Amino acid sequence: MLRTDVAVIGGGVAGLVAAIEASKFGSRVHLIDENARPGGQLFKQIHKFFGSHRHYAGIRGFEIGEKLLEDAEKNGVQTLLNSFVFGIFGKEIGIIENQMSARWLEAKTIILCCGASERMLAFPGWTLPGVMGAGAAQTLINVHRVLPGKRFLMIGSGNVGLVVSYQILQAGAEVVAVIEALPRIGGWGVHASKIRRFGVPILTSHTIKEAHGREKVEAATIVAIDKNWKHVPSSERTLEVDVVCLAIGLKPNIELPLMAGCETMYLEELGGLVPVHDENMETTEEGIYVVGDCAGIEEASTAIESGRLAGVAVAEKLGYLSKDEAYEQKIRIRKILDDLRGGPFGEHRMRAKQRLIQRYKILKGLGNE
Amino acid sequence: MRIMKHPILGPLDEKKEISITVDGKAIKAIKGEPLASALIAAGIMTFRRTRIRKEPRGYFCGIGLCTDCMMMVDGIPNVRTCITPVKEGMTVETQVGLAREEL
Repeated sequence: MLRTDVAVIGGGVAGLVAAIEASKFGSRVHLIDENARPGGQLFKQIHKFFGSHRHYAGIRGFEIGEKLLEDAEKNGVQTLLNSFVFGIFGKEIGIIENQMSARWLEAKTIILCCGASERMLAFPGWTLPGVMGAGAAQTLINVHRVLPGKRFLMIGSGNVGLVVSYQILQAGAEVVAVIEALPRIGGWGVHASKIRRFGVPILTSHTIKEAHGREKVEAATIVAIDKNWKHVPSSERTLEVDVVCLAIGLKPNIELPLMAGCETMYLEELGGLVPVHDENMETTEEGIYVVGDCAGIEEASTAIESGRLAGVAVAEKLGYLSKDEAYEQKIRIRKILDDLRGGPFGEHRMRAKQRLIQRYKILKGLGNE
Repeated sequence: MRIMKHPILGPLDEKKEISITVDGKAIKAIKGEPLASALIAAGIMTFRRTRIRKEPRGYFCGIGLCTDCMMMVDGIPNVRTCITPVKEGMTVETQVGLAREEL
């Protein structure tokens, strides 16, 4: 059996950073990803990131991806690609390679970075080809340079809905409308303004009633909703569209943490059920860590810092860093995380994260300091 | 439809074109791209049909989670086309149900 110090499962931004950080201090690290190349969702982000230099502000997502892949290689991270993790049994990880052969990896510590998946919405016609996740459309358009249609309807006006709408326009297709069930736009004004400048209407208090078509989407009926979420009579409108994109929100992928026996907690602010973890990102299963979106839906910047934190924590656990050295690093990273969770949106997430840590202490009988 | 020109990504690189067979017809694909993207670029939206009602299903989540895009690839059923890279000469068939009868 293959053996390693640290197995990082999932090679998105959080996983790459965790792998780089852990290997920096001398741990032997294996990074496992089911895709043909790591990088997760970074390669489809063609817009420039906001924030600070430390979080790659002004750089486009796919460029960050290239940089991290380079760093991982430089630090000697071993990558297992086209490798699908089907289960975790204690510290043994079952992997299917190339959809064909099984192999096992035994790790002293495991960092789970399984990311998130898009929430979907069921309505008549939602199974028709042409109805797809906004992120799925984004991958096709920005990574593979394929437009799945000419006229798009976007459901949801959060940042994903707004950014993907803009990128559909950049690719040369039409966005017929963005609709939003809430009475207000969900995402940032800066993203909403960009698509409004193109003349795309953003219809708040609207939802989809039905997607029509025999073999694929040919049209969609939208309807206004009142403050009790009931359809407003006679407000239906049928739009000629060939793609309906769903940008409803994200939920953490917690299947592997659950299989590993990690306790979870329901926190709406973090996207639903999330694994309970301590201030080092360690779950209730000793030696198993969670970072990035699978530990709660946040931003790329927080995914990067949580990856760093877990990387330092495993290096300490494995004896590659002394307690004092690790402490200094961890304090610094936690301070950055606190700063990133400032502001009215971030504060909810900060409080939710604190509740996760409290829950960890209760479950472990550590008292409440 | 391929996006030939893009304001951020620039013109589409001269990438290596390969050929695959879909339900007996040859289509062009770009080396290394997922099967799903080659199919959609060729205008194919239906990847499989449901077992009883034979309803069309296609690309949905794009990250290998939903399994709506499964097809028969080189005789193997239930291949997730959104995360399976194309290879020269691949034979792809629309899948019906779970294609158990083929096993």
